[in-house]
Amino acid sequence: MAFLDLLGFAVGALRGHRLRTALSVAGVAIGITAVLALTALGEGARRYIVDEFATLGSNLVIILPGKVETTGGVPFGGVTHDLTLEDHAALARLGRLRRAAPIAVATETLRFRDLGRSAPILGTTADYQEIRRLRLAVGTFLPSGDPERSGTEIVLGTKVAQELFRGENPLGQVVRVGPDRFRVVGVLAPRGLSMLGFDLDEAAFIPVRTAMRLFNRTSLFRIVAEVRIFAEMDQAKAEVLALLKDRHRAEDATVYTQDAMLASFSAILRVLTLSLAGIASVSLVVAGVGIMNVMLVSVTERRAEIGLLKALGAPAPRILLAFLAEAVILAALGGAAGLAAGAAGVGLLALAYPGFPVAIPLWSVGAAMALSFLVGVGFGVWPARRATQLDPIAALARR
Amino acid sequence: MIELQGVWRTYPVGEGVVHALRDVSLSITPGEHVALIGPSGSGKSTLLHILGCLDRPSQGRYCFEGRDVVALPEAERSLLRRTRIGFVFQFFHLLPRLTAQGNVELPMLFSGVPRKERKARAAQALASVGLLPRAAHRPDQLSGGERQRVAIARAVVMNPAVVLADEPTGNLDRASAQEVMGVLEAMNRQGLTLVVVTHDPLLAARARRVVHLADGRPSDAPGGEA
Repeated sequence: MAFLDLLGFAVGALRGHRLRTALSVAGVAIGITAVLALTALGEGARRYIVDEFATLGSNLVIILPGKVETTGGVPFGGVTHDLTLEDHAALARLGRLRRAAPIAVATETLRFRDLGRSAPILGTTADYQEIRRLRLAVGTFLPSGDPERSGTEIVLGTKVAQELFRGENPLGQVVRVGPDRFRVVGVLAPRGLSMLGFDLDEAAFIPVRTAMRLFNRTSLFRIVAEVRIFAEMDQAKAEVLALLKDRHRAEDATVYTQDAMLASFSAILRVLTLSLAGIASVSLVVAGVGIMNVMLVSVTERRAEIGLLKALGAPAPRILLAFLAEAVILAALGGAAGLAAGAAGVGLLALAYPGFPVAIPLWSVGAAMALSFLVGVGFGVWPARRATQLDPIAALARR
Repeated sequence: MIELQGVWRTYPVGEGVVHALRDVSLSITPGEHVALIGPSGSGKSTLLHILGCLDRPSQGRYCFEGRDVVALPEAERSLLRRTRIGFVFQFFHLLPRLTAQGNVELPMLFSGVPRKERKARAAQALASVGLLPRAAHRPDQLSGGERQRVAIARAVVMNPAVVLADEPTGNLDRASAQEVMGVLEAMNRQGLTLVVVTHDPLLAARARRVVHLADGRPSDAPGGEA
């Protein structure tokens, strides 16, 4: 008996009981919809968090001078070379890094007329804006160009600008830091505390070469860089370390990435999504019991038909398959309907809350289809076996 | 072709046993038309079920086409039913959701005959019972006699060696009964072995040989010209 013939026979039998078929299909559909909707919510939560990280710069690489690990007992070495602007220039030429920004930092007092405010001042370059995804409320960020250029531009964090200018337009005004005078070219949009515990709203930015002269330093606080491709984070990290080792003749730098933290968050939320899917699967089990019930009723009702099939010499395995096919068709129809309903529901949710990135993960589509198939087979086997064990004589004796 | 030797069939009932068949020995040769007649409870249906490999004797030998089929595994017995034995029932047992054509195709469907061949052979079988024009009708659109003729087409579509008919006219009016018996007898004349169970002496009288059953015991008697 070809597979298609068997399916045709099963479909014919199901069409005889449209309402009953529809109801058990609905049972599975509800279960599948629940699985899809809950996993979509879980996945939405995960993506929301990941997106938040991405705005902070998930491709971020932070290069610090010195080795963080304890290296006690080493008689030689242990000399830490500073990070310099030359190191930055070399790093910026690495293919895997899209851009790199040097940072020199010190807390200085900013003065405007008679007002003074102490603030961390970051000496950096135009690339810093891109790397940290900074947005400006007014004006521009530091001009791009050679990091060696000593400019006199300053960009203020939103709080600094508010406190210092008290509602006056800061653009074009002159701010003093120690003996130096800077012209305000931009003010950052409010940003809040960054993930690294540093409040950019409270900071000010000046060109890095100027900052090093102002702070009387020859070395950088750190270098931040952005990896071109997220997946190449590890290679990029290795390249940076290799380059610095080559330049310094020692392994004396540390590279931090944010992706480790991101990965653990993502993993936690994925587990949460899985457990939601597990809860939703309970409704699939209920639907499976529904299918079993329908199939048992069907077997009881069709005793004469089964008896006839046996009398006609239909082999028991084929009778089993025919009834199993009915259960699987019920479950598969339910799975398809549930998939459609789930997709529609998630689509509506996405329309209602555009900010929340709900999405049905691909694995849950596969899992839902596999589950509905398993429900059909699992809960269809017992009724189908009962059909094959029927005594044909007794079954045919009745009308 | 059919050889029964000392066949007993007993059913446990409560503490005791009921003997449906007692020491039945029967031999049927190819092309015969045999009527099994007897009052209800005489064991004729039990005998028919044993002949059709639906039931097994409690004791005794049953050889079908030279093979002892009593001990055969169920898969082999269903193969025999599928290919060598046709059944016709009192209540037709047509599937109401299938057309006449679909019902006749049923045994071939479960035997894995390709679709095209199924169609052709079912049409041929329906033509042989004179129902080709009704092929697309469902059982509830057919008269009783037509339904039984569809059932006969279904019984012979696999080209069996023997057709076992259990009260084939028990549910039909006289005219339809004539029609149905006419079809069966025509097939018998072409070499099909025919075993008909009935309690109707008139019907039994049409057979060339009549086996009377009473209380599970047979007594052979010549039929036909009686």
